[in-house]
Amino acid sequence: MASSLLSVASHSVSPSMREIHNKGKPRVGGSTLRFDKGLNSFSNSRSSGRISMTAAVNVSQFEGIPMAPPDPILGVSEAFKADTSDLKLNLGVGAYRTEELQPYVLNVVKKAENLMLERGDNKEYLPIEGLAAFNKATAELLLGADNPAIKQQRVATVQGLSGTGSLRLGAALIERYFPGAKVLISAPTWGNHKNIFNDARVPWSEYRYYDPKTVGLDFEGMIEDIKSAPEGTFVVLHGCAHNPTGIDPTPEQWEIIANVIQDKNHIPFFDVAYQGFASGSLDEDAASVRLFVARGMEVLVAQSYSKNLGLYAERIGAINVISSSPESAARVKSQLKRLARPMYSNPPVHGARIVADVVGNPTLFNEWKAEMEMMAGRIKNVRQQLYDSIISKDKSGKDWSFILKQIGMFSFTGLNKNQSDNMTNKWRVYMTKDGRISLAGLSLAKCEYLADAIIDSYHNVS
Amino acid sequence: MATLAARFLRRSSVAGVRSMSTWFRTIDPAPKDPILGVTEAFLADQSPNKVNVGVGAYRDDSGKPVVLECVREAERRIAGSEFMEYLPIGGSIKMVEESLKLAYGDNSEFIKDKRIAAVQALSGTGACRLFAAFQQRFHPNAQIYIPIPTWANHHNIWRDAGVPIKTFRYYYPESRGLDFAGLMEDIKNAPDGSFFLLHACAHNPTGVDPSEQQWREISSQIKAKGHFPFFDMAYQGFASGDPERDAKAIRIFLEDGHLIGLAQSYAKNMGLYGQRTGCLSLLCENEKQAVAVKSQLQLIARPMYSNPPLHGALVVSTVLGDPELKKLWLKEVKVMADRIIGMRTTLRENLEKRGSPLPWQHITNQIGMFCYSGLTPDQVDRMTNEFHIYMTRNGRISMAGLNTGNVGYVADAIHEVTKSF
Repeated sequence: MASSLLSVASHSVSPSMREIHNKGKPRVGGSTLRFDKGLNSFSNSRSSGRISMTAAVNVSQFEGIPMAPPDPILGVSEAFKADTSDLKLNLGVGAYRTEELQPYVLNVVKKAENLMLERGDNKEYLPIEGLAAFNKATAELLLGADNPAIKQQRVATVQGLSGTGSLRLGAALIERYFPGAKVLISAPTWGNHKNIFNDARVPWSEYRYYDPKTVGLDFEGMIEDIKSAPEGTFVVLHGCAHNPTGIDPTPEQWEIIANVIQDKNHIPFFDVAYQGFASGSLDEDAASVRLFVARGMEVLVAQSYSKNLGLYAERIGAINVISSSPESAARVKSQLKRLARPMYSNPPVHGARIVADVVGNPTLFNEWKAEMEMMAGRIKNVRQQLYDSIISKDKSGKDWSFILKQIGMFSFTGLNKNQSDNMTNKWRVYMTKDGRISLAGLSLAKCEYLADAIIDSYHNVS
Repeated sequence: MATLAARFLRRSSVAGVRSMSTWFRTIDPAPKDPILGVTEAFLADQSPNKVNVGVGAYRDDSGKPVVLECVREAERRIAGSEFMEYLPIGGSIKMVEESLKLAYGDNSEFIKDKRIAAVQALSGTGACRLFAAFQQRFHPNAQIYIPIPTWANHHNIWRDAGVPIKTFRYYYPESRGLDFAGLMEDIKNAPDGSFFLLHACAHNPTGVDPSEQQWREISSQIKAKGHFPFFDMAYQGFASGDPERDAKAIRIFLEDGHLIGLAQSYAKNMGLYGQRTGCLSLLCENEKQAVAVKSQLQLIARPMYSNPPLHGALVVSTVLGDPELKKLWLKEVKVMADRIIGMRTTLRENLEKRGSPLPWQHITNQIGMFCYSGLTPDQVDRMTNEFHIYMTRNGRISMAGLNTGNVGYVADAIHEVTKSF
């Protein structure tokens, strides 16, 4: 299964080392408890050995440390850079590219940065919870400005280091305050989810999600697995544009998912990395989250502005906890701060100011919406073009319509590891080994070439 | 609230389940952060006389935050930059290179030999946290020895990383100086191969630094015990005004053959507080080891934040990479350091002029942003409640918060709360 490929590379701490510092916390369900059993050669290393050091100061304490494997996602870009072929195509990491395959800095971002420069903003520390104007804007963007939960002050929002950092804060909150609780993540999911929960020492297991037979959603499997998880499980859901598959539940399916989660007293933990980027509409892409919140459920939501505002490198996002009362929201927020302080003290200001300025200025906000529609539109066009190219060339009768049904930056091609390797080795198409391609890195001009590569890999490689 | 509950319960009776979930009932409110909480309280105070000598952020003589001119110029050059893509997990290579030159020396053999594993980190906090997590992963039985006292967040960092904390003697209240004998003894008594956290310069919160000679002896003793020295350097350039001079302790250890670890921060010396820009470096035996260690640091960083923020890194590499801008920076950092040194002198003079019965030479003996005044928590509370002067309850005064406009007032207040001693 694709996810096992990712787990090998994710990180390499043996369970036995964890136990040393488990500090008596209850371990959850032995057989379903998953920590990565990756490369752990250093468990045999001299980690506990003490070399007698008289004059030998030059012997390092870290002598036995093995080389870590490259990150399965970010490592793809590195490999791509090293490739000298003219034909190479980077469909690895999910960063938006223009039709000319250039990175794209949104015009509203440039304007916001220039505004900041003109204003001569200072560079003082933000509070631990981040920029207030940003926190207000981000919660309103997610839930809608007139959402009762916001009006009732039941939303605890803490600025985080993009999606990753926000997820990590949520994971740390779970570890500290819900000892024994487990997390359910989709099979497959973004590769870094596992790393985050592993490093936060929160046990996780998977719910069925992707059905390779249909290259679609295994809805029954998903519901069954969520149902059979112990009460009070945290269920990680992708708010929209599921990564890596691009396969989202329908609105009706979301209702059923919400029912099951409510029935089992689970806690939904949304990862919203593509709001506005999936359909082109901020509100439409937030529908799943808003549905859950409207039911009065308590929800965790991690947000990222990496893609939708192109602020990848500035690491701007938020962790939101929608709680049942303003008083508990305040307590949760205070504890999130306490987790953030020993990680980085307070979050970086630059990206937060950009978001606050863009969202807070009606002209810029409208411009942003237009640019987002443009980006989402380009990806939809590319999907269509890719699909058209494939079916015009492939006469095998295989159903490729899943390409059009999927949404967002990524497409799960259904290619397995060998086939994905063929894409890279023979065709110089760089992608992750789980068969995921980033359509954001594809131009209309390259669709024909990619179609050839996919058809060849699918049919001629097993 | 009752109607709120009723509305939810109505809805839940439709769905047939308990939707008024109360998962967060058991979550207690966290105590206020002892340092950052001071600024919060200060901001809420309406008094026109209020003074903030709490958090360690530099202020000019008008009490205003400062953005360095070299930083503004760098920002002008990079504004509207075409490049906003993810940095590598290890951050900006250029920024890391410049940081290593600053700390280890422009012509450091270790840089030439590529023996330093280094990554961009989320300022000093992030660098310490990465190291703590790295230490826990590869030396799970190890502890960290931290000085008494130290920056409060050091305790949080190593605790949250799961590394047990031990302490070593450092501050000697009677002299308001260094407990050198105690320090040396504690280094000696620690088990061989322990990890020691050292403040490279401008110790926070005391402002008490070992002398050069003392550093040499400390280095020697640490070497004899095979301890691992981890330096937290948050004030390079900011302490004496000269970055080379402030890195002296590190250079001594390097000469002695130690394989050090180092957390660097640009929060104070480049005024990049909110940008969260810093660097973690570990000196290894050889290039191969450095590559392996760096790869493992990246494995820790990836599930924390994936890759570090760009803006501050661009500023740092632009400033340090351009000879003119770097010269300007050196000038500006000296101005800041000099103003603080001047304030120390003025505060001390003011207190002595008022005929205070207590000794105050520690104010000018100490170095860097902070002064460990010797005020007790009760006296600190009086400073705040009666005089609207905000500081942390350990008696730490941020000298950067003093200026010609308020130093007399603060001296009066200190005299007032201590004169009956």
